[in-house]
Amino acid sequence: MRALRMNRLRTGLTMLGMIIGVAAVVLMLSIGQGAQTKINQSIETMGSNLFIVLPGATSSGGLSFGSGSVKTLTVNDAMAIAELPAVNATGPVISGTAQLNFNAKNWSTSITGTTPDYFMVGNWTIEDGSIFSETDVRSAARVVVLGSITAENLFGTINPVGKTVRITNRPFLVVGVLAAKGQSLSGRDQDDNVFIPITTSERQITGNQFPGSIRYMLVQGKSAETMEEAEIEITQLLRQRHRISDGMENDFTVRNLTAIADVATDTAKILSIVLGAIASISLLVGGIGIMNIMLVSVTERTREIGIRMAIGANRNAILIQFLLEAIMICFMGGMIGVILGIGSAWIISQLIDMLVVITLSMVFLAFLFSSAVGIFFGFYPARKAASLKPVDALRYE
Amino acid sequence: MSTNQPAPSPTTLIRIAQLHKSYKLIDADGNTIENPVLQNINLIIEKGEFVAIMGHSGSGKSTLMNILGCLDTPTSGDYWLENQNVAMLSNDALARLRNRYIGFVFQGFNLLNRMTALDNVAVPLLYAGENRASSRQQAMEQLRRTGLEKFAMHHPNQLSGGQQQRVAISRALINQPPLILADEPTGNLDTQTSQEIMTLFEQLNREQGITIVLVTHENDIAAYARRLILIKDGSIVYDGDQALENVPDPVV
Ligand SMILES: Nc1ncnc2c1ncn2[C@@H]1O[C@H](COP(=O)(O)OP(=O)(O)OP(=O)(O)O)[C@@H](O)[C@H]1O
Ligand SMILES: [Mg+2]
Repeated sequence: MRALRMNRLRTGLTMLGMIIGVAAVVLMLSIGQGAQTKINQSIETMGSNLFIVLPGATSSGGLSFGSGSVKTLTVNDAMAIAELPAVNATGPVISGTAQLNFNAKNWSTSITGTTPDYFMVGNWTIEDGSIFSETDVRSAARVVVLGSITAENLFGTINPVGKTVRITNRPFLVVGVLAAKGQSLSGRDQDDNVFIPITTSERQITGNQFPGSIRYMLVQGKSAETMEEAEIEITQLLRQRHRISDGMENDFTVRNLTAIADVATDTAKILSIVLGAIASISLLVGGIGIMNIMLVSVTERTREIGIRMAIGANRNAILIQFLLEAIMICFMGGMIGVILGIGSAWIISQLIDMLVVITLSMVFLAFLFSSAVGIFFGFYPARKAASLKPVDALRYE
Repeated sequence: MSTNQPAPSPTTLIRIAQLHKSYKLIDADGNTIENPVLQNINLIIEKGEFVAIMGHSGSGKSTLMNILGCLDTPTSGDYWLENQNVAMLSNDALARLRNRYIGFVFQGFNLLNRMTALDNVAVPLLYAGENRASSRQQAMEQLRRTGLEKFAMHHPNQLSGGQQQRVAISRALINQPPLILADEPTGNLDTQTSQEIMTLFEQLNREQGITIVLVTHENDIAAYARRLILIKDGSIVYDGDQALENVPDPVV
């Protein structure tokens, strides 16, 4: 320990390698964990056992909402699918953007025309008022449900329920406000949105080139176990309804969102592992630095080792002395590194709006790893010191 | 090796029989050659003796001292210390032996520079398994006996050569060993200080019966001892009392 204090600069520089390594591990793990947590949060808001059915054939590109100009899916398709044994409910969607006005304020946002089931399927909860009804859909009533962000931007502290907003200059009665949901898996803000009956939308707001066609629909399966069955049922039904003969390609695409969510979770996990592995390399480099400095220290202190052996130190005593020094460097470096890692994770989360998550086990892991590095890389120099012959060590100049 | 094990004698501290030591050297042609440093050394030292070893530089005195101190091993031959065959002992047992039975005093003092005088003296007690507090306390008492209590908290580089050597002697004495090995203990000291150190050795030998073996180049230092051993080219050429006129000129 005394030796460490004597060589402050050198010990400090060696420790720096350890500090950076541990800080990097903590930082990378917290970023990875943050990504994972964020994805999990998005998935939780998504609703369970979910399919999205899109018009058009499966493209080679990944997930793309509302793709293309194909108009092969209809509200009637959605109603028919809702009756399938493995399906719970469906929510057909037509969408566009619209200008909203309340008093002097105006706000431009995306508008979703749909049915009441959509809110259940999409796992929305109502904050205030209620959603619109089947009757509203049938009569194409001018009623609207606001997303939380839209409500806030347009109404501020006023309760919007019961008020009238103008959507592309037509008056709509606000019947409800949704609870906030946050970002979707694809990173879209889900709360800046308004919902109106699908019929109202088609006839008065978004318009429709092909009446009855929809942009996409959400389908909720009955249970997690029957998802495959549901997918088969949906595909068969749509092929039949669209009169697609055997051997012909589907003119629609069924995607299992739950499966996509699993992939996203796995990806985040792999990201965590890769980030952790990269950070571990810097820890390894730090460890080699320790070994290097300990070897120098052993050479430099050969005479001291000789003296200690002459006055009665056995090999274990010498071994432990040097090993303790290496572990000490690692432990202190690890401690400072953990603090630095948490600090920089915090700064990153403040600077760029990124979720970082620090867990106790992460800190523990970093500590454990750095101590292991200390023992591993300290052992060789320590053993080298301990295996010196007393006479050789004493004669060393 | 230990075929001719002698009868254990309670008064014998050191017994060396037919001891050889050689170093392997590599000559200009790359061949390994044996360089004999000690040849056929036979030596018995009884408890309580005060022995001076003299000889030319390079004659093998330090090599012999290192073997006596269990810091080095002979190439062949036997060495019994306190009737234990040293060749039979493990590294740990040798460390224990050095710790309990032997006190070392070196020409260059060999104190641990990072520690105070007090801690230097306490280290052998720590290696003997004593706790820190009692080690410090005993070390302090030892420093008081050698007249160094004023310097207990000094580091070696804050002490004169004579003071450093007295700290080293205190350290050698702390475990009350029966044997002190001193390789040119006055080599770095002036005449006055050398004489003080030698008086201390003489006193330890006389009053506590500690066996002292020392190497020196100076006749008046050797004169403190009662027995003189002369080494020439690795062999003992004289072993007897201090009637120096009978002794072949040791340091030509
Ligand atoms: N490690 C070694 N390897 C090879 N040769 C060595 C080694 N140590 C000592 N020698 C040789 O052994 C011989 C005796 O050395 P030693 O140190 O015992 O002499 P010494 O009598 O103590 O001399 P001095 O009075 O100068 O201290 C020398 O010739 C030296 O070169
Ligand atoms: Mg010598």
